[in-house]
Amino acid sequence: MSYSPPPASRQASDLGTTEPRDNGPKDNGPKDNEPKESGFLWLRSLEAIVLPIAALLVALLIFGGFCALAGADPIGVYRSIYKAAFGSWSAWQNTLIRASPLMLTALCTLLPARLGLVIIGNEGALVMGGLGAVLVGLGLGDALPAGLGQMTMAIAGMVFGGAWIMLAGALRHYRGVNETISSLLLNYIAIAFLKHLVEGPLRDANFVTKPSSAELDPTLWLGTLPGTRIHFGLLYGLIICILAYILIQRTTFGFATRVTGSNIRAAKIAGLPVGKLTLAICFLGGSAAGLAGMIEVAAVQKRINESLVSNYGYAGILVAFVSRQNPLATILVAILLGGILASGGILQRSHNLPDATVLVFQGIVFLCVLFSDSLYGKIPYLRSTTR
Amino acid sequence: MSRSIRFSRRQVVRGLLATTAFGAATKLSGCSPSSEAGDDTSSAAGGSEEVIVGFIYVGPKDDFGYNQAHAEGAQAMAAVPGIRIIEEENVPETSAVLETMRSMIEIDGATVIFPTSFGYFDPYMLEMAAEFPEVQFFHAGGLYQEDIHPNNVGSYFGYIDEAQYVSGVVAGHMSETGQLGFVAAIPIPQVLRNINSFTLGARSINPAATTQVIFTGGWAEPIKEAEATNSMADQGIDVINCHVDSPKVVMETAEERGLYTVGYHANQAPLAPTGYLTGAEWDWESIYTALGQQFVEGKTLMAGDIDHVLRGGLAENFCKLSPYGPAVTAEAQADGEAAKEALVNGDLVIYKGELDSNDGEAILAADEEYEQQNIELEKMDWLIEGVKGSVGS
Repeated sequence: MSYSPPPASRQASDLGTTEPRDNGPKDNGPKDNEPKESGFLWLRSLEAIVLPIAALLVALLIFGGFCALAGADPIGVYRSIYKAAFGSWSAWQNTLIRASPLMLTALCTLLPARLGLVIIGNEGALVMGGLGAVLVGLGLGDALPAGLGQMTMAIAGMVFGGAWIMLAGALRHYRGVNETISSLLLNYIAIAFLKHLVEGPLRDANFVTKPSSAELDPTLWLGTLPGTRIHFGLLYGLIICILAYILIQRTTFGFATRVTGSNIRAAKIAGLPVGKLTLAICFLGGSAAGLAGMIEVAAVQKRINESLVSNYGYAGILVAFVSRQNPLATILVAILLGGILASGGILQRSHNLPDATVLVFQGIVFLCVLFSDSLYGKIPYLRSTTR
Repeated sequence: MSRSIRFSRRQVVRGLLATTAFGAATKLSGCSPSSEAGDDTSSAAGGSEEVIVGFIYVGPKDDFGYNQAHAEGAQAMAAVPGIRIIEEENVPETSAVLETMRSMIEIDGATVIFPTSFGYFDPYMLEMAAEFPEVQFFHAGGLYQEDIHPNNVGSYFGYIDEAQYVSGVVAGHMSETGQLGFVAAIPIPQVLRNINSFTLGARSINPAATTQVIFTGGWAEPIKEAEATNSMADQGIDVINCHVDSPKVVMETAEERGLYTVGYHANQAPLAPTGYLTGAEWDWESIYTALGQQFVEGKTLMAGDIDHVLRGGLAENFCKLSPYGPAVTAEAQADGEAAKEALVNGDLVIYKGELDSNDGEAILAADEEYEQQNIELEKMDWLIEGVKGSVGS
């Protein structure tokens, strides 16, 4: 065992590249350090699997320490989290139910991010999507057959949510307004608009527990997947995430988006229609969140009220960042977050921990995952050493 | 492989960390059978020695208001031998509350559930009640309808507007300007009823008294509550009452502005020691203790041992008044006590004709009245004459 700098063989392989590499297994160095031609594909994907898992385990250790400080038995807490989130089919369903809106709302941040925009208007887009869907749904009544009616509602939700975020994109492109701020402010407008409608014009006077719209016709309700209590929203979330992946990675549109995201000037010089791309990607992002809103009203609440505003949008931002803007990783991260949320209750009930505990856990997990981001290409055993 | 087998210190540290993490993960995946307290698998209908009761709150348990009142009641129920309570706070009114109820039933073995927030009732609690017919569900303030709702659903609520009426009597005495203020969350029947009863109480003393209402739009909107209180103070209003989840902000702001205050949910005298007149408090402890004893005796809604609709006012200990504050005059106190007496004896009916709404519609003709039990009062969507504000938004 020695404390000397790394073995000669690795240095040799490093010298083979023209990249200015750090020449030791340092944990923090210049950021641009993806293994380039020196890395085999499978090693890179191995890295993409091992690092997040390691981050998760480190997070569990830190959280264990936190629990011990709070006076709970860490092993018991781990066991409870596992039991409540993934321990049984029922627990899995709980997790998946919580995960499905997050997959869709995450795309609202993720897609524009590929074009270099930081959009955080997910909550607003979800609310507008829900509103659009309910307005159309209430208008439809039982006029259309079930499938067609739901489809119309979904399209309405997507158009409303998409248009809402496109507004932020348009402000950005035509007037140079910061899209992060404008999309954040659009959230408040959407929520205030929702409140105005359910307390005024849309209000159903017969529903007394909470100011709400009238109930949707039962033909418009989204059912559950056969044999489960998971609504169809999960399926839509999965499909849309996969479509988003294909769109970004496998189409010209996606390529143009990524190019614009990496270097907007180069994109303009190359003649890419940056304005159209901005509007389109914002619309797509917003429509994903809008669809989440439609699903929430059609599958869970059956009418619209303020309960629609329950943080799915903001949680989606987190999911988008943690999944490193990859729509497939989004699925996994959403399930992880869903599991963490699902375990929140049992921590309160069985271990007498305060309800914020689950947020602490969530924060630690995501910080660790984000930190592990900086380690890509720097873990010696995950770097290619032979050619 | 040309790698020589040498390890740097960092590699060793990483290795150790990874090994520890792996160890933790192995334990985490739980090879040993779980032996947690809530794990008993006995059937829900009976057999387990203790009755497990789940309480769900929409906000924090220590909010100086609605949730705290319920949480204190739950603690009282927990003191009943044979009852174990499990609690979850900050549960939003979404599918999250469905999952919470399910998990309380399936994992903890709860056989009675108290989802305490209004918004939990429809559709969430009704959905769960249909799925778990052997579990009892009790809801605070929901409208139980016998032929529509499942047999295992119960609803309990206090006529706390009786305490509001008495507070109104006191406020009517103490107000110099005759202008009262009411900071309200959202226009639902329970809230409107409190505003109306408070106003009727005040107008029984000072027929010219008015109540300005401001709806904040949410149960917990501290910034808007403070704004509303301040703007009322600027308008010359000198007594402030409220119906929000936590009256803390309203009480403290009003105290700062030198106004009289009337509390709600729980005793807020410590928050406004000078201006606090009295307040309408829940007395969940007596109700929950009584219900807890019935659960232990094996009584259920389904067997008809427990009424589906439990209602009561000052007489039945569902609610009470805060002790009068230092500012309250002897005269005001005497009239307040007289009104309370009359309500307890049943001599006084709050809603009796002739009564008009504040937009000029007739509510009750001269010879009509609504007894407290009248279901019309639980569907209230009007504000009486003398209230400034509208249900619209």
